[in-house]
Amino acid sequence: MRNFSKYAAVAVIALFGASSTGAFAQDQIRVVGSSTVFPFATAAAEEFGNTTNFKTPIIESTGTGGGMKLFCAGLGSSHPDIANASRRIKQSELDLCHKNGVDEVVEVKIGFDGIVLAASKNAEPMQFSLRDLYLALAAQVPAPNTEGGLGNMVPNPYKTWNQVNPNLPSLEIQVLGPPPTSGTRDAFNELAIEGGCKTFTGMKALKKSDKRTYKAYCRGIREDGVFIEAGENDNLIVQKIQANEQVIGIFGFSFLEQNADVIQAYPVSKSGKTAQEPTFDAISDGAYPISRSLFIYGKKAHVGIVPGLQEFMAEMIGDNAAGDLGYLTDRGLIPLPDSERATFQSDVQNLTKLKLN
Amino acid sequence: MTERNVPHAELSTGPTDWKSGAMQARIARRYRRERIFQSLGLGAVVISVLFLVFLLGNIVKNGAYGFVQTSVSIDVTFSADLLGDPTSLSPEAFTEKVRKTNMLRLIQTSMQELFPEVKGRRDTRTLLRIVSTGARAQLRNMILADPALIGTTKRVELLTSDDIDQVIKGNIDISLPEANRKVKDNELSWLQTLQNDDRISLNFHSQFLTGGDSREPELAGVWGAIVGSAFTLMVTLLTAFPIGLCAAIYLEEFAPKNRFTDIIEININNLAAVPSIVFGLLGLAVFLSVMGMPRSAPIVGGLTLALLTLPTVIIASRASIAAVPPSIRDAARGLGASPMQVVFHHVIPLAMPGIMTGTIIGMARALGESAPLLMIGMVAFIVDIPGSINDAATVLPVQIYLWADSPERAFVEKTSAAIMVLLFFLIAMNGIAIWLRQKFEQKW
Repeated sequence: MRNFSKYAAVAVIALFGASSTGAFAQDQIRVVGSSTVFPFATAAAEEFGNTTNFKTPIIESTGTGGGMKLFCAGLGSSHPDIANASRRIKQSELDLCHKNGVDEVVEVKIGFDGIVLAASKNAEPMQFSLRDLYLALAAQVPAPNTEGGLGNMVPNPYKTWNQVNPNLPSLEIQVLGPPPTSGTRDAFNELAIEGGCKTFTGMKALKKSDKRTYKAYCRGIREDGVFIEAGENDNLIVQKIQANEQVIGIFGFSFLEQNADVIQAYPVSKSGKTAQEPTFDAISDGAYPISRSLFIYGKKAHVGIVPGLQEFMAEMIGDNAAGDLGYLTDRGLIPLPDSERATFQSDVQNLTKLKLN
Repeated sequence: MTERNVPHAELSTGPTDWKSGAMQARIARRYRRERIFQSLGLGAVVISVLFLVFLLGNIVKNGAYGFVQTSVSIDVTFSADLLGDPTSLSPEAFTEKVRKTNMLRLIQTSMQELFPEVKGRRDTRTLLRIVSTGARAQLRNMILADPALIGTTKRVELLTSDDIDQVIKGNIDISLPEANRKVKDNELSWLQTLQNDDRISLNFHSQFLTGGDSREPELAGVWGAIVGSAFTLMVTLLTAFPIGLCAAIYLEEFAPKNRFTDIIEININNLAAVPSIVFGLLGLAVFLSVMGMPRSAPIVGGLTLALLTLPTVIIASRASIAAVPPSIRDAARGLGASPMQVVFHHVIPLAMPGIMTGTIIGMARALGESAPLLMIGMVAFIVDIPGSINDAATVLPVQIYLWADSPERAFVEKTSAAIMVLLFFLIAMNGIAIWLRQKFEQKW
């Protein structure tokens, strides 16, 4: 037993010795951020590791907001070099960056992603307008036969789709979607729910008079069990809608592509337009209403210190990856128009500093 | 409770009349209750076994195919024009030239020999997509290992892409209309031709056990996660075991019994019930923010998990130290041993089996944790196999979580296969704990 205590002491000393002599030198690119960009960033990282002499970058899936917090926490090897985002960086986040010495941020838009509403192949086909989605899923809706606005709002009374719109079948409304921490949810609230909300004249008026209340009304999702938060795992949503024909799921386009043999996507229409199915082309040219841009943000100050940083950013926006026939496109990324891609490619080349507005 | 209602006077009159109707009824009721209780207990066991069988059955059913992978044999001509001539070039220059060569061109030549009718950029791309993107590295390594291949033609088994693999395994319904399938009709007809030529085979896939993570299901392996788990558990063991043991010895053998030690005891018991994510937050705050350790590294993961297993280790060690009979201590002291000698020469060796069992069970719990690692950045896509406790790494449960979240269909079977690997390690660790207990257990 005397030996044992000796061994224990040696082991503990060795352990802490090892950690302190490790000299956390950084030779690997570190990426954090959106779980939507994660499948694309990882694919690019692997290709980058295979085809260059640089090490394969480490990609963490933290969610857009969490990633921005880490990214903007400072310069140096203990902070990530790139943040993935499924929405544009916010002014408040950029301010945080500046406050912590991250003065120069390079913005790259890598492509688009569609948010789809889908159900089992066996479910009844339907199509929605944004207004239908708003009425079915918002927490507060304009009282029936009014145009909304302050004083005209009631807690969402609708239980079946035909109450929302007589043209829809009389099926119970049941929707599975991502939780509020998800960028997908942010985008869905903004594009679909608010998009439908704006079609009421009373709400439009409210936007001018009281923006804060307008946002609360137009982006709040109901919490009475009709909209079920299913966690960040999109695969789980896909499996659940397969198992239950009554349920509609909300998730990213790449999951639709991979599972097109077992699920169907519902066409969605902007007000006054015809309904569009979430196809590659419809998302790409903006005809499908619920689509958003995906970004990566890099630290200019880390270029030259972290080996391969600029090259990796160039890889992600390169024609080989994000182009029409690129490998990211194969995985469900909707590519930018050629001219826009060329702009971002040159931004990476020149490390153009981002300015909001 | 009817027995209690029997008047006292009746009980005291003479011997019990077991044959009386009332008594017989009471006895029958007793037996019936016992039978009902027993069948409820048995039912509970059966239900838990059914759940377990269903869970394991589902995992094995999904995961068995994760260990096999489809390959396609094609005749590759290693042309000297393309790859360089090892006889005329220096070894370094040859290596450099091979590295720079796009191996896809070798595959393209071979595939177009098989399917001369395929023309046009888009169709050629689709044709090449039958073969996994990992085939390029496979060919490159083959040539570098054996430069004599240059100038020859050889039949090579290359991995197919995950989509083709899923068709062969029957996971994609090819009877659906073409528009609803990822694999199109022309790909299926090529595949049919290859199958008729006997070029398609389903083999055991060792790369799954020896490779690192990948975005291509057919290239992804669990070795990186296994090594990460091993490094993490090593750090956990080396921290939690000595600290836990010292705390247990002090609290059990030396500490005075007062209000302060009572509070410590209650707190240790409470800590064992704290949700694991809380330890992750603690790890983030202490190890990353204050001590400035690297993100995603097994050392941080191991220290965080050590916090998590400490209460388990302390509680188990204290229980087994307390189970050593006082007579052993008395005898040692009677022979003149100091308190320290009593503990280290007698009590600890006798308590060791119990301490080890508790520690291994704590380790098994740490092996299955993923939530606390989320906060310290070990939930990440990491391709390279970690080489030390400071390298970025991930662990088995996290690998399972990441694969379960991937869009590609083929990751479903990889997820289940990885669960099987994790279960193997958990069962092995628990098995060792049981064996230790049986082998060294002392009967007093």
